[in-house]
Amino acid sequence: MERMMDITLTVNGTQVRHRVEPREHLIDFLREKLGLTGSHAGCEHGVCGACTLRVNGEIVRGCLMLAVQANGCRVDTIEGLSDSGELARLQKAFHEKNALQCGFCTPGMLLAAQDLILKDKNLHERKSGNTFPAITAVAPATRRSSTPSKR
Amino acid sequence: MKAPAFAYAKPASLEEAFGYLAHPSAKVLAGGQSLIPSLNMRLSSPELLVDITGLKVLSNIEVKDQVVRIGALVTHAQLEKSVEVRTHVPLLAQAVPHVAHAAIRNRGTIGGSLALADPAAEYPAVAVALEAVLVIQGRNSERRIVASRFFKGLFETDLKAGELLVAAEFPVARAGDKSAFVELARRHGDYAIIGLARHNGRFAFLGAGDRPVLFSLDGNLAKAKEALRAGLKPSADLYHSSAAKQHLAGVLLERAWNA
Repeated sequence: MERMMDITLTVNGTQVRHRVEPREHLIDFLREKLGLTGSHAGCEHGVCGACTLRVNGEIVRGCLMLAVQANGCRVDTIEGLSDSGELARLQKAFHEKNALQCGFCTPGMLLAAQDLILKDKNLHERKSGNTFPAITAVAPATRRSSTPSKR
Repeated sequence: MKAPAFAYAKPASLEEAFGYLAHPSAKVLAGGQSLIPSLNMRLSSPELLVDITGLKVLSNIEVKDQVVRIGALVTHAQLEKSVEVRTHVPLLAQAVPHVAHAAIRNRGTIGGSLALADPAAEYPAVAVALEAVLVIQGRNSERRIVASRFFKGLFETDLKAGELLVAAEFPVARAGDKSAFVELARRHGDYAIIGLARHNGRFAFLGAGDRPVLFSLDGNLAKAKEALRAGLKPSADLYHSSAAKQHLAGVLLERAWNA
């Protein structure tokens, strides 16, 4: 029954060790302690999807997970997945289809869209998990990115 | 929208977990997909969270003696992928995609959903329709209770302080069983306006009362609809009147009837 906990996790391939309060959300830990501000805290109750992260290879809501729960986990954020080039085609397709408005939700949208491509699931069922006004542009952008490029 | 302060413990065994759960202001943390939002909104402020996700013994799906036993920590995503569930508990398999969104299904658990007893949730209705048996452990005891007696009211169950829901047991489907899960929501994965889990003549509605509302219906559809009109009094929500929900329940009944 600790009030402060030591956690060790791998964030974008680098091992980090920190002391956190149990109540600290994973999204706030990443943004405030590690300076990884690419993932956004939006609604903070699991509805909007702006905080979408990958934990042990599966997408999760960063606002519905405590940093202490990520102890021992592998966490990937928009920064890591952009730098590795994994999202490059999807980002290009979002750009070309103008699949963003203010951009606040885009990091979460990209992670969810990439998960969709990897898992090959029904597009509208999956994208309903992210609040985004220009959803009709995301669908063609995701489809474009998931079909083999002719170039 | 930040959670109040609490202490955190992650027991490595059930025995250790029951030790922590003896704390008067302890709450069980499983997937956290309902508990953490309620903490964020400060609707709940426990002094201690007991994270049971280290108890791997609660993460299994087993088929034995015509029963599918699903451990409390099995996630929605695990259910979604499970061949055993698809084959032997098709009604549950049909319900899973309606539970929230992919990122939430990766963490939320069946035990969490049943123990929370949200009247708009899918699994309580499925459990009632299928007459699932819930397995509850205490520090020195284990008891089993049929789903229809487990749900007692709005977010209220038969679970006593210090007890843990460890598994749900569903009967293996038989050839010729008729099952259907249908739900109406404003957006896929949102809270249901109203939903229906049907297993043969058992029709359990969600979003229609303070707990799953069960109707035993047979004969013809017109008579069944009449029984529904007479017996179902759904409470209104922010967007839908009782009359609208009553009408939609009839629509779902017809869909499930013909499934």
